[in-house]
Amino acid sequence: MSEKYLKLSPTIHLAPRIIRNLRERIVELLLLGAAISSIATTIGILGILIYESFSFFQQVSIIKFLTDTEWSPLFENPRYGVVPLVSGTLVTTVVALSLAIPLGTIAAIYLSEFASPKLREIAKPCLEILAGIPTVVYGYFAYLFVTPLLQIPLPDLPGSNMLSAGLVMGIMIIPYVSSISEDAMRAVPVHLREGSYAMGATRLQTALRVVFPAAISGISAAYILGISRAVGETMIVAIAAGLQPILTWNPMEEAATITAYIVGVTQGDLPHGSLEYQTIFAAGLVLVLMTLVFNILGHFLTKRYREVY
Amino acid sequence: MVENHPSQASKFKCEVKNLNFYYGSVRVLKDINLSVFSHQVTALIGPSGCGKTTLLRCFNRMHDLYPGNRYTGEIELDKINILAPWIDPIEVRMRIGMVFQKPNPFPKSIYENVAYGLRVRGQSQRSAIDETVEQALRNAALWDEVKDRLYDLAFNLSGGQQQRLCIARALATNPEMILFDEPTSALDPIATASIEELITQLKEKVTILIVTHSMQQAARISDRTAFMYLGEIIEFDRTQTIFSDPTHRKTQDYVNGRFG
Repeated sequence: MSEKYLKLSPTIHLAPRIIRNLRERIVELLLLGAAISSIATTIGILGILIYESFSFFQQVSIIKFLTDTEWSPLFENPRYGVVPLVSGTLVTTVVALSLAIPLGTIAAIYLSEFASPKLREIAKPCLEILAGIPTVVYGYFAYLFVTPLLQIPLPDLPGSNMLSAGLVMGIMIIPYVSSISEDAMRAVPVHLREGSYAMGATRLQTALRVVFPAAISGISAAYILGISRAVGETMIVAIAAGLQPILTWNPMEEAATITAYIVGVTQGDLPHGSLEYQTIFAAGLVLVLMTLVFNILGHFLTKRYREVY
Repeated sequence: MVENHPSQASKFKCEVKNLNFYYGSVRVLKDINLSVFSHQVTALIGPSGCGKTTLLRCFNRMHDLYPGNRYTGEIELDKINILAPWIDPIEVRMRIGMVFQKPNPFPKSIYENVAYGLRVRGQSQRSAIDETVEQALRNAALWDEVKDRLYDLAFNLSGGQQQRLCIARALATNPEMILFDEPTSALDPIATASIEELITQLKEKVTILIVTHSMQQAARISDRTAFMYLGEIIEFDRTQTIFSDPTHRKTQDYVNGRFG
């Protein structure tokens, strides 16, 4: 091959084509390897979850697992109904999102459309610090500060409750929502904004009627990330919402989430391979599936309402 | 030309008086004086960077959107100085529409694009909006092409159609004047011809101020032409005069293609 290539111009000095191609090929393989490693990790995690859950479901029927309303795998008469853990997870998530989505979105609109560049430079990192606080700190903040505060208007609130855990989790999630939403809104081309202003629109009208809808796909990605963070959050709920798997939809009660159960049960000594040990993986699988469902749902919603620019 | 419109109270829609414009401390426009005749097309020509777009954007106070911009002097719209600090720029933009260089329809349906100006003015009566949208699309010579797909995304239209949609959007709110910022520079020759024809028809309804990069375009569609150079208006006259018998050497060199 190489002896056949034509020297078009004697003044251009290139490395022989074969070496060039080899170099390109090596770089390509390195890049491919890096990309594969993250996919491989995901597949590995899913594999272990499914493998361990499989032996769990050989002893506990899936129907029982999904319909039984009691979760007491460590008791003498163990019951394996995952519903109380799912309800705990959903309630804390809903509480967190009902705080984080409105506040995060408003913060994003303000930072992207109203704040002066100087203010944005200060406010954005400040907001992002919220995401960097260790979640164990948030947990105790909820347990030792927010709960007593909430007990002033709500004297019947138990020491561990999902309301306080959910609210603090919401505060933690605000920067995820606001930061990505703001990026999405700032990416909306300036000629769309100017088009709106030229029509006599105000700043607020431009932000809500043009910029927000144009950025909706990025904004929903932010919401989905927020949901995933809330569903998977562990320390805050383990500390502030309690470890009792109680089936309730009332946020003013104590209840364990899936993650809180996992962290609670791994603190004890569980014999490797026992049924109790395998509950961790079954619960973990439910968690992964929940996040997956939200992601897929979000993906389709985003596609449905996307306004391309 | 002016004499064709005796009903018009004043022959000038806009008068620019000693306008200076600064980006920060840089003086970009220098002592601009210009009269925009009612129901005529006035073209601003000149080499890149001469300030023609900057001047155009003074008329609807787009410069107010960005910090550090400053005007001195006056632009009178029907004898009222619209650059005065107490004048609300939003009110100015409601009377003076604008069409941009690159077609910039909103990521919404064709219908919603045209209805946008009505919606921001608080109009919500469905039948009134329907009627205005249809009228605006007819005036922009787009109705026949889009009447069966009003609820399609505006991005599915061709570039020329998108630009006519932007013109319809500007027309829907019944402005007195429309500013065109090189409206055909992103379009092919056929789309350009249709936009030019449209502009010629529109001067029945509105006063038009257009920035153009193309001298031929200015010659084809405008009644008056201002030649700008380095932030100043070198010469302003009837278009025919500017192109056939300009007073200034600079103008002559430019229109004959010797620079720019």
